[in-house]
Amino acid sequence: MNAKGKVFKYGANVDTDVIIPARYLNTADPKELAKHCMEDIDMSFVNRVQPGDIIVGGQNFGCGSSREHAPIAIKASGISCVIAPSFARIFYRNAINMGLPIMESTEASEGIADGDEVEIDFATGIIHDITSGENFTAKPFPAFIQKIIAADGLVGYIAKK
Amino acid sequence: MGMTMTQKILAKHAGLDFVEPGQLIEAKLDLVLGNDVTTPPAIDVFATTCACGVFDRNKVALVPDHFTPNKDIKSADNCKKIREFAKAQGLTHYYEIGDPQMGVEHVILPENGLVAPGDAIIGADSHTCTYGALGAFATGVGSTDLACAMATGQTWFRVPEAILFVLKGTLKKNITSKDLILYIIGMIGVDGALYESMEFAGPGVETLTMADRLTICNMAIEAGGKNGIFPVDQKTMDYLAQFAPERLANKDFTVISADADAVYARTIEIDLAEVPMTVSFPHLPENTKTVGTFDEVTIDQVVIGSCTNGRLEDLRTAAALFKGQKVKKGIRCIILPGSQRVWKEALKEGLLEVFADANCVVSAATCGPCLGGHMGILAKGERCVSTTNRNFVGRMGHPESEVYLSSVPVAVASAIFGRIASPEEIEKK
Repeated sequence: MNAKGKVFKYGANVDTDVIIPARYLNTADPKELAKHCMEDIDMSFVNRVQPGDIIVGGQNFGCGSSREHAPIAIKASGISCVIAPSFARIFYRNAINMGLPIMESTEASEGIADGDEVEIDFATGIIHDITSGENFTAKPFPAFIQKIIAADGLVGYIAKK
Repeated sequence: MGMTMTQKILAKHAGLDFVEPGQLIEAKLDLVLGNDVTTPPAIDVFATTCACGVFDRNKVALVPDHFTPNKDIKSADNCKKIREFAKAQGLTHYYEIGDPQMGVEHVILPENGLVAPGDAIIGADSHTCTYGALGAFATGVGSTDLACAMATGQTWFRVPEAILFVLKGTLKKNITSKDLILYIIGMIGVDGALYESMEFAGPGVETLTMADRLTICNMAIEAGGKNGIFPVDQKTMDYLAQFAPERLANKDFTVISADADAVYARTIEIDLAEVPMTVSFPHLPENTKTVGTFDEVTIDQVVIGSCTNGRLEDLRTAAALFKGQKVKKGIRCIILPGSQRVWKEALKEGLLEVFADANCVVSAATCGPCLGGHMGILAKGERCVSTTNRNFVGRMGHPESEVYLSSVPVAVASAIFGRIASPEEIEKK
């Protein structure tokens, strides 16, 4: 499985309140949540994001609340992968359960620029920055996690089993 | 090699004699929690698991507290969904608005005797880590994990490493457990304990009340921690005698302590007497400053309450400082008792009258403004001093509003002076 798209780059400690503000948590409908994704740090995100695009963040991405609505909003907005040096632990777990691919790489987080075109090979963990020509390597997920993501999340994975 | 307190609780719940950091285990759970934001999606997932019912109708707690009393139609629909699910499943621990035992989830679960030493608890709320105060392992998860745990009574964990905080001495006057945890987060950062346990020990522990320990463990997540945990002592036992007499009488709990040769990722010693009066500036809990070392910060609103500081002890502290004082004209001070029980006790003790006389407004028990839900949302450019736990961008309202996290005494002083102030200034007034 691969991902390819344009990069939206953000800083460290992107929290769940800016990913999806609590004022929109009266619904869990992915389409509704996607309308407000990243709204409090980037008002233009929802208008610019295209299916396949990639978010590159700094350390501790997804810190804060346990709201699964955060990875749901990111995924429903069309984002194909989030790359960061580290993820907050509840977000990490929720992203996998929701089938949102995430990759840990300090080098990629530092080396990739906003707007770059990037291609990711999930099986090998290779992140190729088409714009700069640079390659980065993240540790790929083990096979069963890749299967969860391929099944669109834990529920789909269990149903297939 | 010995195990930490957290590792020993996890090993016991996984049926193993020994676990080590990084190990993936499946553990049985003593309690599973959801609220009105996280439970509705979990109910949908639960329906797809083909489970005939929840694993144990006495071990699933559902608490409508975030947007309650319902702030809008969608919130009302969500609460209706939870209410109907709780009824269909015959849940014993569903807390309707107005029930004598209702309130903010992390205030009421310990108060209602649902938490005891040695328990393993997950909750679909990041502040589930609060229960470590009673010597339990407790951590936050998402809605899908909640759904699967409601069905099976178990979940998987990665065994965490731990940071050991050795506490010595006693906190100075007007310095509280909130100052201590803000000070710690300022020291190690919002990801300083990422994936790790925060274990507290040392002679300073016995100087901290159970309310103090609940406040401290509540904010372990704000340092990225998986859980916070305190050793079990006489104060824990006294708390159980008051709030969980049945579990105490039936010896339905296990006191687990860290091995003497437990291995920690690092050890941090803290002299409680040196903890400064601390405020977290926008927009991260780690942006801590000592009161008295920064320029004047004028404010528009003060919030006192939440799962961090909405307990009876907090309201007593606030009332003692508000007595005979007034909130500065033009400033709004909103007080949210953490539970119906706290509200009623505050009424009996005359605390609510003190608040009303000081021109504060007292709300029902709800998370409300803490997460920008309702009951005190900030307009563009407004500033709030709050005893809650997060000050992220837009947390309490407009993305250009600001939240300053503080202790209860600093919040009261700030309401009186209309700027971030020290309680010492009230005494000098």
